[in-house]
This record gives sequence, structure tokens and C-alpha cells, in this order.
Amino acid sequence: MPIIFQANVMFGWCGKILKIDLSEGSWKIVKPPREIFEKYIGGRGLGGYFLKKYITLDWNDPAMPLMFLTGPLVNTISPTSGRMTIMSRSPLTGTVGDCSVGGSLGTELKRAGFDGIIVTGKSQKPCGIEIDNGIIKITFSSHLKNMTVSRATNLLKGKGAVAVSGPAAAHGVLFSNIMIDGRFSAGRNGLGMVFAAKNLKYLTVKGSGKTEVFDSNTLIRAREDVMRLISASPAISGSFGISKFGTGALYDLLDARRMMPTDNFRKIQFEYASKMNAHAFQKRYNPKSTGCKGCHILCKKRTLGGTDIPEFETMSHFSALLGNYDLETVLEANRICNDLGMDTISAAASLSCYAEHIGETLSPEKIILLLNETGNGKGIGKDLGKGAFRYAADVGNPDISITVKGQALPAYDPRGAYGMALAYATSTRGACHLRAYPVSHEILRKPVATDRFSFQGKARMVKIGEDLNAVVDSLTVCKFVFFGASIEEYSHIYTAVTGKETTGHDLLKAGERIYYNERIMNFENGFSAIDDDLPMRFFKDSETGISPINRDDFIAARKNYYRVRGLDRDGKPLQKKIDELGIE
Amino acid sequence: MKTIFNKYEEKFWRNGLTERGAPLIGFRDAEIQWNKNDEKRVVLETVFEELDINAIIFSKPSQLYSDIIDSLSAVSDGSIRPVDCETRTFFHELPVIKSLDPDAIIASLKARKCVIIQGTGIIAYGTVSIEQAFITFSSVCFACFVKFFLDILIHVKKYFHQGTFKTVFENVIKQLPPLPIMDTTLKTGPFTNEADVLQAISEAGKLTVQKRLVDSFFGNISYLFNEKLYISQTGSSLDELDGCIDPCPIDGSSCVGITASSEYPAHFQVIKQTENRAVLHGHPLFSVILSMDCDKPCCEFEGQCHLKCPDNRSVCGIPIVPGEVGSGKFGLWHTVPDALKQNPGVIVYGHGLFTTGKEDFNEAFHHLLAIENACRKEYFNKIKRLSISQ
Repeated sequence: MPIIFQANVMFGWCGKILKIDLSEGSWKIVKPPREIFEKYIGGRGLGGYFLKKYITLDWNDPAMPLMFLTGPLVNTISPTSGRMTIMSRSPLTGTVGDCSVGGSLGTELKRAGFDGIIVTGKSQKPCGIEIDNGIIKITFSSHLKNMTVSRATNLLKGKGAVAVSGPAAAHGVLFSNIMIDGRFSAGRNGLGMVFAAKNLKYLTVKGSGKTEVFDSNTLIRAREDVMRLISASPAISGSFGISKFGTGALYDLLDARRMMPTDNFRKIQFEYASKMNAHAFQKRYNPKSTGCKGCHILCKKRTLGGTDIPEFETMSHFSALLGNYDLETVLEANRICNDLGMDTISAAASLSCYAEHIGETLSPEKIILLLNETGNGKGIGKDLGKGAFRYAADVGNPDISITVKGQALPAYDPRGAYGMALAYATSTRGACHLRAYPVSHEILRKPVATDRFSFQGKARMVKIGEDLNAVVDSLTVCKFVFFGASIEEYSHIYTAVTGKETTGHDLLKAGERIYYNERIMNFENGFSAIDDDLPMRFFKDSETGISPINRDDFIAARKNYYRVRGLDRDGKPLQKKIDELGIE
Repeated sequence: MKTIFNKYEEKFWRNGLTERGAPLIGFRDAEIQWNKNDEKRVVLETVFEELDINAIIFSKPSQLYSDIIDSLSAVSDGSIRPVDCETRTFFHELPVIKSLDPDAIIASLKARKCVIIQGTGIIAYGTVSIEQAFITFSSVCFACFVKFFLDILIHVKKYFHQGTFKTVFENVIKQLPPLPIMDTTLKTGPFTNEADVLQAISEAGKLTVQKRLVDSFFGNISYLFNEKLYISQTGSSLDELDGCIDPCPIDGSSCVGITASSEYPAHFQVIKQTENRAVLHGHPLFSVILSMDCDKPCCEFEGQCHLKCPDNRSVCGIPIVPGEVGSGKFGLWHTVPDALKQNPGVIVYGHGLFTTGKEDFNEAFHHLLAIENACRKEYFNKIKRLSISQ
């Protein structure tokens, strides 16, 4: 059926981006052409489009944009669409820096009538940005300086969705977060530092508008298809799934598959795993379920006292990675990181790197002390706040840094999943499990199981996974939903919402463009094949009882990846591919 | 790759999906590799160029399935829409095109996971493996078989004859494999160690496939031992269960079963609410077909039978219950356990059959086989009865 658009009417997208210049204290609304939205979708894709022009600037250059971007499905009934992307250049890695984040900010932003906000400049004094539908205010925020995330968020309650940076950003922690609604982390890359570099302490957004949907009836049917698949997914809705246990549901499985990073990746199983798993947290704290705005999966778990139960990565790294078997310490470490505004994975990795360097296992008290010192810029914490990569280099022991492009590895040991090994290396934002997420097929058997100890076919699987998740982060929906649904079902949702007839493969093509654009940006900042690599620890014999990754096989798989991705032998983008993908 | 290609060629043939050696299988990482030379590779390589996929399978199905699919294709409006559970949940519809035209194939595969080329064959693809394409291909055959026999039954009930379907129906019937018989004994329980449990599960899974009571990847199986429910993993093949069985503590003290079958909640409730240790679930064809045969006129739940059918329906004395895959509000775990308290098996509307055994899989397998055979006989008796009344 041909689709006829009314002139100037946009469905799904608002068609408006709010640009705020903090140096000037001014703002304006820009209306990018519809083609840009269709090419880059929203969220991470749109962020990459706007970022490219500025990517070679230092992350703290006032002209460097910090962007808050939603996708076309946000503020509709599309399942799990209450998310958004925050993007800039990463202070931690120097690569593109982005994070998909939940909470209510994306929905409120869309309700306020904007697809996104681009913040540039630097305020002369600490400031905040307040948006209430069409009313925009830049306020002074000196009274909030160095305030913890929970206190600042509480003070700003009533102004809608809240984004703040914490003391960690003020103290130069390179993995500091922007925290949404006090609980949802825009983490990993140090985006909190970019926030703070603009002398920005907070952003609040409140909106009441509706997002126009092209075909509501088709959207309802497409939604039902996705909901049915969510119900059928063991990983999401099953008796041991994330809906019931939170993402910590993965803890036992990763230990059973001998992929649990233990003692700074010197071991692959944790002897106390059965005492530190999601069940143990549930039994101890009897948490209630909560989640992002508009999501029914409710994978976040919270104690009756209001403390968040850690996500899987945090649960794993603050127990196994540090050799800690005190449940309370894991909960408290998570709370401290969130309240000071630090990335939990990187924080734990810095501590484990430190522990290996000094040759000790950190006591629970020491873990808590070091986290507080890191987030508050005190003592050895000043060094740990630079991240594991810089810390290890500074102490002359670079081999103990388990990082890629300067970013610490999450809680999947790559020796147990070779797709994951390749994906860590090729990720455009440093070691990241979510860029390609091969764990889905290598461990969770979705869409079907693949041989986790083989590189066969993994180059293309990783490339397709990267493209898919670029789409997911641009639609700004949740990755977990793809344990059940596929891009095919989401293309129907996208078509129903935007009116743009689109197949799953059309979306994947957009994903390829988005990912390639990120490769271009990283190349412009000097990244090449030498950076698409894993720590040597994974290629050497160890006492883990698991075989090391064969270096030659890894290099061959990476070479295949470059071919599949359309890069040269050194990982450099090719003009032919740039033209083919229509990248400006 | 040769080993993998051989595995799937064998699997296609063993499952009766194609003739031996018929499937053309392509796998692509940086380069495309094929299992054999075939002139159709040129067309499929065009598909590879246009779509970012890593596996493709083209084949003419075996004569039985070809006759069925061609018959459905001939009266389709561009797609076949089976209403069984698997297709409804995972495939939505099966597009049909007239010829091996690359543009038409690409357009169809951009939208769906497979395409039927009328009179020629089926193309299915995977984005992570050949297994994915194999499952799709097999599902098309299953879904079309169920739709074909159900459509004929509905037609006969309406017009008291098989009409234009008569010739093809008679042809198809001739090609049906003989009724399976229980000519072997499975490992006898109760089992006293984990190794025996795993072996018993694996053996029962294999036999279920071997007797064509289920295509290999459909279905799931479990056994309660030592306070753990040992259950096949999600997406595992019943005839390849070695290393694909999750031991799930029934006190929920470990989430290691996050990869367990999506029907874990039903299995768990069955062992909790009945005196059984063994649970077997397959998708035998005639049980599924008859579960969707309902004579109730003007039902307020029309179109939602799989979710909300309120009636006490049965076939061959076996109850038919509504229920969807998984743990949702309408999940079959709400309906199956109760029905199994008083019955040797239960059929889930448009989905499949659950049976149980007290100590091992002999009883469960026997019931699965007996119920399916009874349903198959009942189907043809029904056609006969209705046709006679002409």
C-alpha cells in the first residue's frame, strides 16, 4: 500500500532539536530535514551524525557537543521504548562516547516536543538547564556543586525527569556517569565529565505533549507480536529470566559456563558464586520490581528500603572480579558508585587492577574505602579514578589492565565466547558487551545457539550484531527485548509509528551506516587495527583450566571482520564504502 | 565447513524434509562457501549481496511437502497464513512468489524469514547460522502440513466433499509414513544418578524424532531428579540433546536454567502438581490439527481460541486446552498441569502434546505415540464420515 505523507507532518519524530549554547546562555530550535531522521533514525545514529563534525576536538573543548537524543518510538506504546542515548566524545577512551539509558528523561523530552538536545559551550558559573514543554531556562546551580546524585535529584524533584552528574565528575573521574532520575546510569565512557566540563550540574525536562503515530491500529497489532515473543522468551520472562531476577539472572550461567571474570581475569569461576547470585540477593532483600518508563519487563530490582539491587555486571565485578564474598558490600558498592556518579564496571576494574598490583585481595572495608576515595578524589582514589588502563601504565605494570581502547572489560570472559572476544576488540567505544552482544547466541541460544569456542562465521555475526544494536540504540529501545523479538517485528512497529515503509533489512542498513560513521570518527582520532585488540592475558596459557584464545585465529577473524565491515587491512574506512552508505 | 554441510544435508533427509542431497546450502563469513555446485547459486549469491545474512538454504521439499505447499501456494494471495502456534508466534506469514526471480526473492526475504517459490522450493536464511535457516525451512513444512489438513477438514465439513483438493489430498495421503509403533524400550527408571538421567532424556528425545512424532527442534523434555528438574535447553534439537540439558534446582536457588526451554514453567508445574517425574512435549501433526477443529458456531472468542477458549474440548478422550508459549498471562503453564492430573496427555490448542511418566520416559513416550496415532485415525475417520454424509 503506498503511503502518502501530508507535507510537513512528521510521525514518530518531533522534527525538532533544541540547541543550547552555555557560553552564550542562548538556545535555538533547529529542524533537520526528514531525510536525516530516516537515515540515522534517532538516538545514537542521530548523535553520530551531529558529532562527526566536532569529533577531533578535545572532549572538554567548549565546542564539543553533549547530546541527549530520543528515537522515533519514544512516547508511543512501542514496547521498551522509554530509553534515549547520551553522546559526546569519551574522556576515558577518546573514541565516540555514547550510552543508551533508561529512566524517564527520553519520554519527558519527547513529550516536551523535542527529539533531542545538543548542548555546547561552557557556562561561566555552575548551571542547570530546565525545560518545561516549550519553556527553557538556564539556572545557576552553585548550591548543588559536589552534591551527591541522590541529594541533587531529590532537590530537583518536581521538575520532571532529572539528569545530574555527581561528585566523581567534579573530581575528574574519567569514568564518571550522568545519572538519570538518580538511578539510571549513562555510564562507561565518562560522559559525566563532559557534563561537568560545561559547568553543567543538572538537566530537568518536563513535557505533556503527545507523539503522533501514523497508524495506531497497525502499531497495536505489531506490539502484540512483540509482546507474545517477550512472553515466549526464557531469558526475559522465564522462571529464571531478567523480569523475575533482574539482569543478575545471568550470574549463575556465566559461572557455570566458566566465563565469570574472577580475580582480575586470572580465574574464570568464582567459588562463592552460589552465595552471591541473584537468588541470594532476592532471598536477602526481597526486592520489588521496577524499570524504565513504559516498560513492562521491569528488570530493575529495588530493596524495600529503596536501594537498587546491582545489575549483573556490577554484581559480578564487585564479587568475583575482586574476590569479595560479602553480599552487603556488593550492594553498598553499587550504591556508592551511583551516588557519586561512577561507572560500576570501570570502578571495580580499577580496584581489581590495584589489587593485582599490590598482590592482595581487597577486604570489604577496603573496597568501600577505595570507592569513596575514588569518587571524592582522595588518596590513591585520585589515581584509580583515571581508570584501569592509565593506572596500570602509571605504576609500570600495563599487563594488569584488562581493557580495550582504555575501557575495562565487562563481566564476560572472552576465552569462553570467541564472538565476544572479537566484539570486545572491534567495539567503537572500547570494551563493551552491548555493541554486538554475541552472548545472545553464544550463551543464551538466541536466535539459535552457536559454537562459542569457534571463530567460524563470527566476523559477520559480530558485524550484523553491531549493526542491529546500532539500530536498537537509535530507535532507543531496549536490547533485552531482542532475546525474544527480532528486527523484523520492530520494523513493523517503526513503519506503523513513522509511516515510512521499512523492513528489518532496511533498518540493518541504517545500522551499518551508523556503525561505519563511528568507525570513521574513531579513525579521525587515530584509532586503527592496533586498537582493535584484546589484552595479551587472553592469548597466554594460564592456570584457569581454559585454553587461551589462539592469537592467529583471532587475527584471522579480525581480518575477516574488516573485510565484512568494508574496512582496509588496518581497519581504516574506505571511500567506496562511505559513498555506498551515503555518509556525508 | 564440509562437516557442517554434511550434518545438515543428513538432517534434512533424516527428518523427511527433502530428498537426499537436494538442499543447496550457502554459508558466508568473509567469503561464501557452498555445499555443492548448482546453477541456482548465482541467484542466491545475488541475495547474499543484497542482504546481510550469513546462511541461506534453498531446496525443493520432499514430494509429500512439495505437494502440500504447491497446493496451498496455488490458492494463496501472495502469502500463506497458517494459524498454528509456531507460525503465529515466530513467522507470522509465509510469502509466496511465482519464480526464482532475484528481485522478488530479495523483496520477500527483506520482510520475512523465508520465501516459498511456487512449484520450485523454499528459501530460508540465517543471520547467525545454518541452523537458523534449517529451523525456518522445517517450520514452513510443519506449518503447511498442519494448514493443509486443517483446510481440507474445514472444506469437507462445509461442502461434504474434498472438491479441488481431492486429487492432491489422495496423493498426499499415499505418501504419509506408516503409523509409528513402539518397538523398543527406553531406559527404565527410577534413575539413581545424573548420568542415567541425562542418558534417558537424550534417548527419549532421539526416539521421538526417529518416530517422526516431532521435527527435531520442536518440543522439549524434562526429568525430576534429586531436587533438580533436568530440562532440554531452549532451541535445542530433541535428537541432539547431549550437552543441551539444564539442571535447574527446583527451589530456585540458581538461575542457571535461564537457558532452559521456554516451557520450563509448564514442566515445573506438572512435576509439582502431579506424581510424575518425566514430562515429554512434542508437536505431533494430527494432534495439532485436530486441536484446531472446532464446530462451535458464533463463538465470542473466535480468533482467540489459543488464548481464551472456555470450553471443555477433547479429542480421542484427550483434553484440549488453550495456552501460549512461555510464561505470559495466557501461558500454557496455567492450563497444562491441571489437565494432566487426570489424563495421560493434554493437547495445547494449535501447538502440541504433553505427556508424562511416573519413573521414566516409557510411559510418556507410549502416550505420545498412542495419542498421535489415535488422532491420525480419527482425522481420516472424520473425513470419511463427513464425506459419506454427502
